[in-house]
Amino acid sequence: MSDITESISPAESIPTASIPTAPPTAATATRAERTGSGAFATARQLRRYWILVGTLTLLSVVIAVGIVTWDNPMPFGTAGFWRITQMRATNLVVIAIVVVCQAVATVSFQSATNNRIITPSIMGFEALYVAIQTAAVFFLGAVGVTALTGVPQFALMVVLMVGFSLMLYGWLLSGKYGNMQVMLLVGIVLGGGLGSVATFMQRMLTPSEFDILTAKLFGSVSNADASYLPLAIPLCIGAAGTLWWRSRRLNIIALGKDVTTNLGLDHRREIMLVLFLVSVLMATTTALVGPLTFLGFLVATLAYQFATTHDHRFVFPVAILTGFVILGGAYFVLKNIFYAEGAVSIIIEAVGGTAFLYVILRKGRL
Amino acid sequence: MIEIKGLRKEYSKTVTIGEIDLTIPAGGITALVGPNGAGKSTMLTIVGRLLGADAGTIEIAGYDVSSTASKDLAKIVSILRQENHFVTRLTVRQLVGFGRYPHSKGRLTRKDEEAISNAIEFFDLTDLEHRYLDQLSGGQRQRAYVAMVLCQDTDYILLDEPLNNLDMKHSVQMMKHLHKVAVELGRTVVIVLHDINFAGHYADRICAMKDGKVVEFGTPEEILVDETLTRVFDTPVTCVEGPNGRLAVYY
Repeated sequence: MSDITESISPAESIPTASIPTAPPTAATATRAERTGSGAFATARQLRRYWILVGTLTLLSVVIAVGIVTWDNPMPFGTAGFWRITQMRATNLVVIAIVVVCQAVATVSFQSATNNRIITPSIMGFEALYVAIQTAAVFFLGAVGVTALTGVPQFALMVVLMVGFSLMLYGWLLSGKYGNMQVMLLVGIVLGGGLGSVATFMQRMLTPSEFDILTAKLFGSVSNADASYLPLAIPLCIGAAGTLWWRSRRLNIIALGKDVTTNLGLDHRREIMLVLFLVSVLMATTTALVGPLTFLGFLVATLAYQFATTHDHRFVFPVAILTGFVILGGAYFVLKNIFYAEGAVSIIIEAVGGTAFLYVILRKGRL
Repeated sequence: MIEIKGLRKEYSKTVTIGEIDLTIPAGGITALVGPNGAGKSTMLTIVGRLLGADAGTIEIAGYDVSSTASKDLAKIVSILRQENHFVTRLTVRQLVGFGRYPHSKGRLTRKDEEAISNAIEFFDLTDLEHRYLDQLSGGQRQRAYVAMVLCQDTDYILLDEPLNNLDMKHSVQMMKHLHKVAVELGRTVVIVLHDINFAGHYADRICAMKDGKVVEFGTPEEILVDETLTRVFDTPVTCVEGPNGRLAVYY
């Protein structure tokens, strides 16, 4: 697997000292030896967790190897062969970045807002991206797409999206209107409004311009340009790493404002920091590959279903690995079976959505 | 000792709390009683720094609530709100374990585990400690929340209507537990109660509030008087001598 996922993924960095190794019964163990206060209630859950992580890692490795090596048309060892391999490896890195961004951002966002049925995608990030892309084509014609390609443009897009969300969070979460529900609602309404403006402009495009635009608006791994990576990788690792490092605080924040304050954390400061990091992650992935509305939500929900723990240190790796299996798998299937490597969002919504419904209906809770 | 001086909170021009000047001595159970909307919960949440005041100072054990760092206050005072609902799925033991956060910052040591076990035993939750909160009855869940606050190991414990939604048996049990907390562990418990008879029987002091002001403060014997309760609650109340002490009758 690429270095992106590895640097933030599970394994060695997780301290295991506080985790039960054997299930001592209340009768025999002393008070200090009774366990289950940490991330996992029972040793069985812990065992299940590591089996899960092992399985997902294995699947991820298989998918990664598949994407890079499957069906290379050039003979082994030639310059062309390595060139193709290198291009595929770049796509793999893009997938890894997108997955880390989406998974970590959505899990953190849900904890910060105490809401498991929401995703940062609907808070206007994607609508803003769509509006900017559409506006470029609307005002500049087909050359507008190329006007938005390039490293400075990528950086500008990230800055715009982070700025937009900081304005929203900063304004709505400070002062006397410090209300999370209002912030979410305003975010959704603004997102909807931007979406409508974009739709309006799209209606007035010529069919050929519209065609070019549509390709940009599907979340697609091939949208990404390798030259963006030197900027996207540090952003992704920096923000996701900080959130990972603050996992213990996120565990508290997920219990809500009153409990957080009672336990001695400054709730508003913590929330603002989390939302800032989330906006950096979401802006990076959206500017890189375009909107993938459903992926983050799907991955976060499945991770909570699979991981059977509330502890973010353990939820993040599962979310990232699940995301990699879904997005990488979708990319592999589309590329090698349907020869349509573009629109991964379609297969994510079809297959991922079905898996999601199955898990939810079987367990009956979020 | 909790010292409240000149506390004021304005919700609108007509709805204000205060001014409140009140000194709650350390030790024992102090019950806040009064009609709905009297400001009991508001005062408690301001003291527990979950809500900001518009004016006035509050000192808990000599520490000013507004200027002391929140993480230090978390080792002095703990507060439990009336409504508790978590999206996070937790077992009883995990929930109680969160109470150790001010001490261990999430890295539980043997000492923390011991404190968690003690709090769980104290509230008779040992058999339920690995159950998830959504698998418990309302009374059991309420006990788990209070155990979490107890586990925080603070000298001052503020509870907003912990008897809410509890039946007769569990209400009595909860009050007995809290009495034990105050007597055996030497903590100061401040509690909002709706049932004046629970306050009369278990509390060491009663603070009666009305229209955002403290109107009476004293021992249960001083407060459980026909004239006083009738005035505070705006309802005719008669106090009679029951088998286990004085009772207020208002039915």
